[in-house]
Amino acid sequence: MKNAAMEFRLGGSGGQGLILAGIILADAAIMEGKNAVQTQSYGPEARGGASKAEVIISESAIDYPKVTMPNVLLCLSDEAYRKYGQVVDPNGLVITDTSMHLPLPNEKTMVPLYRLPVLSIAREKIGRGLTANMVALGCLNALTKSVSDASLEQAISERVPAGTAELNLKAYRAGLAAAQQLLIAK
Amino acid sequence: MAVERSARLMQGNEACVEGAIAAGCRFYAGYPITPSTEIAELMAASLPCVGGRFIQMEDEIASMAAIIGASLTGTKSMTATSGPGFSLKQENIGYAALTEVPCVIVNVQRSGPSTGLPTSPAQGDVMQSRWGTHGDHPIIVLSPSSVSETYRLTFESFNLAEKYRNPVILLMDEVVGHMRERVDLHSLSMSVVDRVKPTNKREDYLPYDAAPDGVSPMANFGDGYRCHVTGLIHNKKGYPTSKAEEVDFLIRRLHNKIDHNLDDVLKYEEYMVDDADIIVLAFGSVARSAHNAVRRARQNGVKAGLFRPITIWPFPEAAVTALAQKAKHIIVPEMNLGQLRLEVERVAGSRCQVSGINSIIGELIAPDQILRRIMEV
Repeated sequence: MKNAAMEFRLGGSGGQGLILAGIILADAAIMEGKNAVQTQSYGPEARGGASKAEVIISESAIDYPKVTMPNVLLCLSDEAYRKYGQVVDPNGLVITDTSMHLPLPNEKTMVPLYRLPVLSIAREKIGRGLTANMVALGCLNALTKSVSDASLEQAISERVPAGTAELNLKAYRAGLAAAQQLLIAK
Repeated sequence: MAVERSARLMQGNEACVEGAIAAGCRFYAGYPITPSTEIAELMAASLPCVGGRFIQMEDEIASMAAIIGASLTGTKSMTATSGPGFSLKQENIGYAALTEVPCVIVNVQRSGPSTGLPTSPAQGDVMQSRWGTHGDHPIIVLSPSSVSETYRLTFESFNLAEKYRNPVILLMDEVVGHMRERVDLHSLSMSVVDRVKPTNKREDYLPYDAAPDGVSPMANFGDGYRCHVTGLIHNKKGYPTSKAEEVDFLIRRLHNKIDHNLDDVLKYEEYMVDDADIIVLAFGSVARSAHNAVRRARQNGVKAGLFRPITIWPFPEAAVTALAQKAKHIIVPEMNLGQLRLEVERVAGSRCQVSGINSIIGELIAPDQILRRIMEV
């Protein structure tokens, strides 16, 4: 996936922290000297409802700041998938949570689909459902290698609330490991 | 892990705050409203660290009044708002224009009218930013398209406000306000302009004594100079007057001080316009979509160009007239029903065709929509 620009769309329900995940991804790209733009959209609710974060990473300047054809689509809820999951680049990939029920895209589009237990890793392995966004980032980076682990881990440490870096890094690494295992299994 | 951090990921609203503080802003009064709320939050956190003051007022009317009062004491002052809040500021914006009190008003535009579509992007306040307050009055309105430009234009807003003793409106939109992107900190170094202070003896000071297109020095309230500030039409002393020659002199001077300095006030950017048959004229976040569309039109061999007014008011009339003499068609995409197009038609309508692309659904106009129109005309 060596495109001129990489487009990411991260969808979930409000409160899952995917906007922060998008910010961290963009931050890591900038640390590596790339350009990045992050935008978001969400409903009026602070919790629940569908929310999405978008990130574009590019070696060159980025004019239009919104994602039109995501190379990477990550969805953690059925509602977000229904709302934001309709378009994906045919050469891209889709990451979803194993708990989702909707008919997923790859039967039709042949876009590779990775179903990962993001929410349950956060809840059971890390012990904090709130860390699902970091688990998701780990999965995403294992599958796309968009930025280096070192940059991403530094961005996590700088952006998460004070005192929670270790917990969030642990969640990130758990997501990374889960996706790497899935890749080996395939 | 010591990485050179001359570049940072920054949000538009955050860049606005950083630019304001770097320009010398030390007082903020406001009433938070999405999508401008981050400006109030970050001002509340930042101003006390640089010896400034933040106050959350009871509403937008009071916030506007508070920044005028603070500025009269010599403190650079700002407020930020959005949508309905901008409507409430209007009366006191007129007061600041007539009394010549430097101040900066940030309006992160959201969809309207009224509460509208909270809090989707729009550009529906183009005309309100020009004519929202009653009576003939001068105003300067700047509109950024990126996060780093938000920093620079906020800084520039303070400089212009101080130089011309006039309110300056920074007309942002939700896309630019909430978007985060790379900002190269070393590109942001700018020089601060401060208002001119009186040098004559206190008893000789006249607060509104200036040439027909000039700006008079401004004493701080509390420094012992005699100042009278009123929303009534006033003479050189600041006292109310209804004498025809004094009234005429003041209102014309207020306009002349801006209109005779357009080279200093007007900013715009041109991209590929030199041989362009089709010009896309766009501002704010929509200019980014337009840039994308023009770039792709050129790849298809179509002679398109982009004109991006950065100063919206006064409108860069001479530059647009020059383009209209060469171009066949000007397309004006905007997230409203054609407010800036009215101005383009006034300036260019007799020289070339002018058409609009207008979206009011609370979404940024997509490049494809603009590209399609370029290919059609």
